[in-house]
Amino acid sequence: MCHTGAHKINNTIGQILLAERLGKTRIIAETGAGQHGVATATVCALRGIECIVYMGEVDIKRQAPNVARMKMLGAEVRPAKSGSRTLKDATNEAIRDWIDNPIDTHYIIGSVVGPHPYPDMVARFQAIISKEIRMQLKEQTGQEIPDHIIACVGGGSNAAGALYHFLNEDDVNFILVEAAGKGIDTDHSAATSVLGTHGVIHGSMTLLMQDEDGQIIEPYSISAGLDYPGIGPLHAHLIKTGRAEVHSATDAEALKAAFELTRTEGIIPALETAHAFAILNERKFENDDVVVINLSGRGDKDLATYISHLDRY
Amino acid sequence: MTNNKINRVFEDKNHKVLNIYFTAGYPNLNDTGTIIKKLASAKVDIIELGIPYSDPLADGLTIQESSQKALSNGISLSMVFDQVEEIKNDHKTAIVMMGYYNQFLQYGIDKLIKRIGDSGVDGLIIPDLPMDHYQTHYNSKFEEAGIAISFLITPETSDERIKEADRLTSGFLYVVAQSSITGGVKDVSDQQKKYFERIQNMSLKSPKLIGFGIHNKETFDNACQYAEGAIIGSAFIRNLKEHGTDRVNDFVDKIVNC
Ligand SMILES: Cc1ncc(COP(=O)(O)O)c(C=O)c1O
Repeated sequence: MCHTGAHKINNTIGQILLAERLGKTRIIAETGAGQHGVATATVCALRGIECIVYMGEVDIKRQAPNVARMKMLGAEVRPAKSGSRTLKDATNEAIRDWIDNPIDTHYIIGSVVGPHPYPDMVARFQAIISKEIRMQLKEQTGQEIPDHIIACVGGGSNAAGALYHFLNEDDVNFILVEAAGKGIDTDHSAATSVLGTHGVIHGSMTLLMQDEDGQIIEPYSISAGLDYPGIGPLHAHLIKTGRAEVHSATDAEALKAAFELTRTEGIIPALETAHAFAILNERKFENDDVVVINLSGRGDKDLATYISHLDRY
Repeated sequence: MTNNKINRVFEDKNHKVLNIYFTAGYPNLNDTGTIIKKLASAKVDIIELGIPYSDPLADGLTIQESSQKALSNGISLSMVFDQVEEIKNDHKTAIVMMGYYNQFLQYGIDKLIKRIGDSGVDGLIIPDLPMDHYQTHYNSKFEEAGIAISFLITPETSDERIKEADRLTSGFLYVVAQSSITGGVKDVSDQQKKYFERIQNMSLKSPKLIGFGIHNKETFDNACQYAEGAIIGSAFIRNLKEHGTDRVNDFVDKIVNC
């Protein structure tokens, strides 16, 4: 498990070096779960650079521990008050800030989304995940490649990182898990690949949740990090070409999986990550399959949510 | 390229061009036509019709709020075309639509081109449409249909890219006055003056309109020293918010007369 609690630090370390190389003196970021915000605040503290993190008002409430962490690291957390007041709206505000401050500011995007070259760049920084998977897999199983890789998808950065060095290995099956929210046939979901259609969001041409006029539909998930109406263009491509298999897990299925993982392995996962584990209850594997599941983050930030559901699990 | 109303506006070299932006379907759903007619009779040269979007990335609070209101009033792009078409014989003023790429993409580009022609709209501004994408996919279609497209440049745009924007522009070059979203008012600095002069000296083929932060007679006149005219948006929306459609004439009068 990475320092700061999720995979997000892989990307922010790369991007802060880039920002310094570009001579930038001010960093902005958007965050949903707060993990990317914490990872950005951490590298800014390390390099002594001013840091402003945009976060939806709703997420500021449901991910309070991460708001506290960011403040402790010296970052300013600015609430995004438009739309559903979640990740999409924080991203809008960050982009507007960047339009206002193009000279001194670098925008550290937290996932494989946004305009080129972000999806490509963030995937490359996260590719360390699959590099390490390859090494550890060889050590532990003697196999070069796994049969399956499972990862949750918000924008898709932990998934992109976990798949990256296996993209040309046709024998590796990719399993992506989106947040179904209250269910894909309710109005409260973030399962973009099922509910989305071809369009443009935040400078990417990809799948996104929209109505027939191209107005973006507000997504919903219990997990702030998966609550995004789009999906990285790499994943849209993998799904559309049939290269990746895609599933979704509801709020309830993710909660159940989080409690199961906690009680069987002693690992409290992030709510985002719990969605990836949820499909272990649904999809069947062969007994000798080597399955890699990406544990993208830990669940300290989600304790309040978990505790409020304690009586049910 | 056919000579549409936008191109004709720039034929009289001595006249400074006033372009007024407002959000379609705002303050009330059916105010669009009324406001167009009032702006036309107030002798505004170009009317820029904002197509409300859920996520208007280039816009500040004033236009964000007006877009939200218009959307909750029930506006849609196809309805805006109906509203514009209904009054197309009541005025002769050039109309340019400003919206985000995804709206036009979902509407369907061929349908878009047809309705632009039918309703008497003259041009498009799509701030998040990349130039190379336009060139590859739409340039020849738009040219054939005589649709005047306008690209934006900012103080941070390189000379090379400015030349590219100029080459692809068939309406006017939208010179964003400052690095900001709409409605922002930064100081008119020496740097801004240098930027305007740099653009002026580039001998570009397209007429230029300066926009973003232009909000009264003083800022309009100042901008007009460096370009064929200027664009006022958020300040006019605030006027609509306060007075509805009653003071459209007064607003325009204060900019161009007195
Ligand atoms: C632990 C964790 N996993 C996954 C995600 C989702 O992002 P991505 O799909 O980019 O990995 C987040 C985002 O906040 C996260 O914090």
